[in-house]
Amino acid sequence: MAKAKGGVEEMVLKGKIKVPYTWYVGECASRFYVELRDNKRIFGTKCAKCNKVIVPPRSSCGKCFVPITEWVEVKDTGVVQTYTVVHYAVPGIQPLKPPYAYGIIKLDGADTGFVHVIVGADLTALKAGTRVKAVFKEERQGNMLDIQYFTPV
Amino acid sequence: MAKRVAIVGFGQTHHTTTRRDVNGVELINQAVTRALDDAHLTINDIDAIVIGNMDHFEGINYVDTWSIDGSGGYMKPIFKVCTGGTTGSTVAMAGFYHVASGMWNTVLAIGWEKNSESDTTGAIITAFEPVWDRPTFAGAVGGLAQDAMAYMHETGATLEDSARVAVRDRQHALNNPYAHLKLNISIDDVMNSPMISYPIRFLDMCPRTDGAAAVIYASEDKAEKITETPTWFIATSNRHDYTMAGDIPFGWLTSLRDASREVYKKAGIKEPLKEIDMGELYLPSSWAGLMWIEMLGLCKRGEGPKLVADGVTDMTGEFPINPSGGVLSCNPIGATGLLRVGEAAHQIMGKCDKRQVPDVKLALTTGFGGCFWSDVILLGKKKPS
Amino acid sequence: MERIAIVGVGQTKHERRKRADSFADMVYEVTTKALADASMTIKDVDNVITVSNDFWDGRTISSMAVTDACGSNGKNVSTVEGDGTFGALYGMMRILSGYYGTTLVVSHLKGSESSMPHITNAMFDPVYERMLGLDSISSSALQARAYMDRYGITEEQCARVSVKNHKNAKNNPNAQVAMDITIDDVMKSRMLADPIKLYDCSPISDGACAIILANEKRAQKITKKPVWVRGVGYCAEAYHLGDRDLADPIALKAAAKKAYSMAGITNPRAEIDVAEIYDAFSYMELLWMEGLGLCEPGRAGRLVEQGVTEMGGELPINPSGGVLSAHTVLVAGLVRIVEAALQLRGDSGKRQVAGAKTALAHGINGPCGQSHCVWILGN
Repeated sequence: MAKAKGGVEEMVLKGKIKVPYTWYVGECASRFYVELRDNKRIFGTKCAKCNKVIVPPRSSCGKCFVPITEWVEVKDTGVVQTYTVVHYAVPGIQPLKPPYAYGIIKLDGADTGFVHVIVGADLTALKAGTRVKAVFKEERQGNMLDIQYFTPV
Repeated sequence: MAKRVAIVGFGQTHHTTTRRDVNGVELINQAVTRALDDAHLTINDIDAIVIGNMDHFEGINYVDTWSIDGSGGYMKPIFKVCTGGTTGSTVAMAGFYHVASGMWNTVLAIGWEKNSESDTTGAIITAFEPVWDRPTFAGAVGGLAQDAMAYMHETGATLEDSARVAVRDRQHALNNPYAHLKLNISIDDVMNSPMISYPIRFLDMCPRTDGAAAVIYASEDKAEKITETPTWFIATSNRHDYTMAGDIPFGWLTSLRDASREVYKKAGIKEPLKEIDMGELYLPSSWAGLMWIEMLGLCKRGEGPKLVADGVTDMTGEFPINPSGGVLSCNPIGATGLLRVGEAAHQIMGKCDKRQVPDVKLALTTGFGGCFWSDVILLGKKKPS
Repeated sequence: MERIAIVGVGQTKHERRKRADSFADMVYEVTTKALADASMTIKDVDNVITVSNDFWDGRTISSMAVTDACGSNGKNVSTVEGDGTFGALYGMMRILSGYYGTTLVVSHLKGSESSMPHITNAMFDPVYERMLGLDSISSSALQARAYMDRYGITEEQCARVSVKNHKNAKNNPNAQVAMDITIDDVMKSRMLADPIKLYDCSPISDGACAIILANEKRAQKITKKPVWVRGVGYCAEAYHLGDRDLADPIALKAAAKKAYSMAGITNPRAEIDVAEIYDAFSYMELLWMEGLGLCEPGRAGRLVEQGVTEMGGELPINPSGGVLSAHTVLVAGLVRIVEAALQLRGDSGKRQVAGAKTALAHGINGPCGQSHCVWILGN
């Protein structure tokens, strides 16, 4: 038994914060997820000021601080900008069993990076510049994991 | 020497139980855009930002960095303050100190909450000390009920007395297009509403709300260029004493008494009821509207009910309280204290339309939260000497 | 700007698990130490800033746990949620406002009491990225890879940072992970998220830290060895990782520029004698060195190889052992300020950099150093 400074047994209480969350994604992200779920299509928004296509879409441009209204479809293929292969497990958080990769992927037609997981036969061959393609889930629910993963092509 | 600081802009969102149409970042963006429009400024005019909310109501860690797309904080100095229910007034004070420091000329202060996204009471329970208090004493209503009971016992105040406050603030809210609850209710309605935790009935208690507020501060020279009607920051003080529920002197909000006395001293106020024109006070329950005006020195101990019954705190009275409808009508927690400050600033600027109190020269605002903590801010029309 | 000084400092030993100490115990310890260091009593403290985080503490309104312990009862007090460098910044602003002569800034955290991956996963936007399961290690690995690819920085160069800082920690009685390791040890340590291996990571720590700031008049009465704040800068950049160039720390560059400009520093490499940098991962020390303008972009790895940043080198970085040797989140930035201040007072014991006159301290907020706070201190 561990002893405190005064020689007393050190007691520990266990607890857990149990707060359920319901996040309202807003109209902009709703449109993104409806297209993803129903049509397996990936949309971004285009800032009229800087002309950047932002994926996932935002209703305002963080850099220009103006509202965005134009919608642009981007491809489900793209180029890996940076990546990491994860070897440690955190059950309950990670969507896949390690090892799997995370990548920031510039989708064809987009000007920003899209963060997602990458799965493939040989993750050691992964590098910046690798072309990848989205693999969609059969049963889609309208969330980020409707794209099951990206895989090298 | 301290620098003079003024409020030059205020914006708030549409407030309601559930803002399904926007996510948190977008909600923040609406308040910020409206505050900038109010001050006729653009985001490029803003030197620095301070933001606040309560982590567990939305489950976002590092809100200052998460909210950048909405706050306009891209490539700007920003940090977060958080003190529970007082977060909004804490943000308001931080905005003031940012400018008063001389480091920044124009500063944006943002408070927001989407209470619909979690279990508000479930999250508040976690505020209490996990080893001693949490197993037995938790949540917002229970503490306020104990406070009210202690006060009733000592002063003989009645449930009708508190119901008058509930009716007053709800009637005031009918004039405020932004208020979450617009309830045209009577004393009977309050008395007949369900008992939650004696002596607090359903209509005695504040709602939980989705909403955001933003206030823009400017240094003296900037403020007078931005607007012809800057609202000057006269004085502020706070007390966040006590650590556990058992330390609270129920029935006596000494934190409010002490903080308000410091503000009056700084501002040279001797008779607050006479010298100050109105209040936007953080009253989370109707009972607070009796007890806490006593703590503010607006009347003597035990005379709160009479002051309210005599109509002194009504729109037409000597010291209108909560022309906006107050917290009883709108409570996006991290924004609630900042709404008090923004509303008071707009009163002084004469921008309050149907809820305008005529000729406001000095307005008192308060924040409440934590473990019976209090924040006090006094705003004025006349530039402080 | 009116001159502000650091007049008292205190920190706990940083440990993996402080079983015997509550948050309040740790805060009381460092408050008492800082007061003793400044030969002050709590009555001499005009106002207080606490720094804490509700996620880490498992408690809404986490500051409630420490109001007694920091002596803020009856005083004006506020709470910053973020790195301790930002808390110190607000404490300084409140003195500059003219309303207070002194501010106590105190920060606490017990990493041992919760779960790092869960808490750092909550940094990510629930609308888009949170479900992907990123945490501080995996997101930082994306940044490390982007940075190393851009400039050809090698894993061995990153490993050298870890070797250096863990060795430096042996001179710091408050450090948690002090050890002699080799580049080979780092390279062979367990791969977590490549290129980040176990020894490239900072540990999970418990601890607290306090500083007392004062205006010039009060500082000169309080201490013979005031440490002056010469410049402060802070700045945030875009949030979503995909919106950023992770290899280019633009917010840090902006924060440093502001701090240097206030301090009148034109050549930071030559003018700064010692730096305490937020090296949560080994690559971060290199990337932040570049962002701070201590070398050209892509050159930090070479500088470390040349021993420039070692004790005895031209610009020692993290003589304390840095965050790699004790990472009490939120507290760690305040510790950087304390370590820099001790260097300037000549009170750093075995980790003293001889004759240090100008020191830099640095803290970060948000994923992959999205927001930075840079302090320039002088004696």
